[in-house]
Amino acid sequence: MKIIVCVKQTPDTETRVKIAPDGRSLLDADVNWIVNPYDEFAVEEGLRIKERKGASEVVVLSLGGERAASALRSALAMGADRGILLKDAAFAGGDAFSTARALAAAIKKEGYDLVLCGKYGVGEDNASVPAMIAELLDVPSVSVVNKLELEEGRARCHRVIEGGEEIVETTLPAVLSAQKGLNEPRYASLKGIMAAKKKEIAVWTASDLGLAPSDVGAAGAGLTWVRVEQPPARQECKIVKGESVPAQVKELVRLLREEAKVI
Amino acid sequence: MAVKVVVFAEQRGSKLKRPALEAVSEGRRLADKLSGLSAELGVVLIGKGINALVNEVGSVGADTVFLADHDLLESYSAQGYSRTIAKVLRDEKPAIFLCSATAMGKEVAARVAANLGVGLASDSTELALEGHKLQARRPIYAGKAYATCAFQREPQMATLRPNVFPLVVGRSVASPKAVKVSVDFGAEAIGARVVGLAQAEGEKVDLVEAEVIVSGGRGLKGPENFHLIRELAEALGAAVGASRAVVDLGWIEHSHQVGQTGKTVSPTLYVACGISGAIQHLAGMSSSKYIVAINKDSDANIFKVATYGVVGDVFEVLPELTKEIKRLKAE
Repeated sequence: MKIIVCVKQTPDTETRVKIAPDGRSLLDADVNWIVNPYDEFAVEEGLRIKERKGASEVVVLSLGGERAASALRSALAMGADRGILLKDAAFAGGDAFSTARALAAAIKKEGYDLVLCGKYGVGEDNASVPAMIAELLDVPSVSVVNKLELEEGRARCHRVIEGGEEIVETTLPAVLSAQKGLNEPRYASLKGIMAAKKKEIAVWTASDLGLAPSDVGAAGAGLTWVRVEQPPARQECKIVKGESVPAQVKELVRLLREEAKVI
Repeated sequence: MAVKVVVFAEQRGSKLKRPALEAVSEGRRLADKLSGLSAELGVVLIGKGINALVNEVGSVGADTVFLADHDLLESYSAQGYSRTIAKVLRDEKPAIFLCSATAMGKEVAARVAANLGVGLASDSTELALEGHKLQARRPIYAGKAYATCAFQREPQMATLRPNVFPLVVGRSVASPKAVKVSVDFGAEAIGARVVGLAQAEGEKVDLVEAEVIVSGGRGLKGPENFHLIRELAEALGAAVGASRAVVDLGWIEHSHQVGQTGKTVSPTLYVACGISGAIQHLAGMSSSKYIVAINKDSDANIFKVATYGVVGDVFEVLPELTKEIKRLKAE
C-alpha cells in the first residue's frame, strides 16, 4: 500500500506575529519554524499503518523551498521512506486552492492508495487543502479524523464534529486529515536522523506536473490578501475590588449584570 | 431578478442549526446591499424529508430555496453534498456563496471551491462589499492577526465562523420559491458516508458555538479539582474549556482545548480560571466579547486581555462565584 503524507513547516505556536511594512504579509524574521503539529499525526499514522501491514511505502510530499525540504527531512527522520519536494518559483504565493492543485497533481503522478494530511496548517488556519486535494483527485475525503481503522480497500474513521464524533466509512483511495488524538507522534531517533540524510528527495517543478505557471502559486490563486492587521486592541482590565473574597465576587457579579449585562 | 447570493444552510436531523441561520442572515444582508433590493438570495437545503425547512429559511430572508431532497443525501457525505451545491452554483452563477464554518461546512465548501476552481475564505469573521466585490476578514494564526482577502473569480466563497455574525431577520419571505435540485449521480459517486455517531452531537455544549465558556488551567493544581470549573459552568449554562497545559497533562480531553492547536472561540463571556495566558491560549480566546480572569498572580498575561480581573485564589473564588450565580438564578 502506498501512503502519501503531505507536510509543511509552520511557525511555532509561541511565535508573535509581526506584520511586514507592506501591510499585507507577515515578517519571517525571528520565527521558529517547526513541522506543522497536525502533520506529525499524519506522518505517525502512515508509519503505524506500514508497521502493522508491512509491504507498504510512506512517501512524504511538500511544496516550497528550504523550509519544505526541512519538513520532509523531519518526516524522513521519523521513518518515512522517501520524499517529494515541489519546488518552482511558480509555486510561490499560492492560496489553498492553487497549492492543492499542485499537490493533487503530484499525488496523481506518484500514484497512491491513501493520502494523509494534518487537519490544517497552523498559521493560515484554512483547513481547506485536504478536501480540495480530494476533490481534484475525485476521491472521498474525511476531515478531522481522531481514530482510524483500515480494512481491505476501506477505512473506518472517527471524525470530530460540533460537540460530538461521527463515524465515517470510506472506500480507498481517499484523503484523510488528522486531528490531535489520532496517535502520539514518535520522536526521531539519532539513527533515524542519520538515515534520513541518505533517503531520496525527488524535486519536481510545475512542468514536471504538467501544470502551467499560470495554474499554480500566486497566478493560480483564487484568494489574495489585501491587508493584514493586528487584532483590535482590548480595553484595559478592570481589577475587581473587594475587602474579602465574597465582596470581590459580589462586585464581579454586579459588573457582569449591570455593566456587561451578560448574566 | 437573479439569484446573486447563495447560502448552503446545513441541517442535521431535519433541524437547521443556528450557524446556518446566521449564514442565511448574512447572505440576506449582502443580497440587499448588492444592488438595492433586486438581488435575490438563494438557499440550498440538502437532505431527505426536509420540505418543512423551506418556509423556515424563508422566514430569515430566502427568496428561492434550492431543495435537494433525495435518498442518497439522507446521511451526510462530503462528495454528495458538494456535488449538489456545485451544480446549483454552475446553474445560477451567483456572485457570492456562503455557508457556516462548521465541521460540515468547511469540508463541503473546500470541495466546492476546488470543483469550481475558485478561492475560499475560510472561517471569516466579517464580510464587506464594494460593488460586486466581496472582501472577507478572517483571523490567521488563531487570531494573532487578521487578514482581509479579496477574490479573483466568482463565486466569491466564504465560510462564516459561528457565533460571530448576528442573526437578524431583515426581510421575511412568506413562501419562498422552491426549486427542486435533481440528483444526477448514483450511490457509486459517494465513497465516504456517515454510518453512525460515536458520541452524540450536542451531548455536551460545544465550545465553538457556546455563548459562555468557563475554562480551567494549571492553577487548578490537579484533575481532581476540575469539578470547580464544571460546577461554575453548570451554574452559568456554559461549556467547559481548558488550557493546552492541562490537556497535555491529561486532566481533560483535547476537545475542550482552547487556543492555537485547540479551538478558537468567541463567546459573549469567557471566564479564565487559573490560566496564566500563554500566547497560544490568548490567540484562541481574545476575540471573546467579555473576558473574566481569575488568577492569584496579578502579573499574569491573562489580565492583558481580560475585561474584569479578580486577583485571588481560584480555590476560594470559584466556589463563592458558583454559589452567587446559583443564588441569582434561583431568584
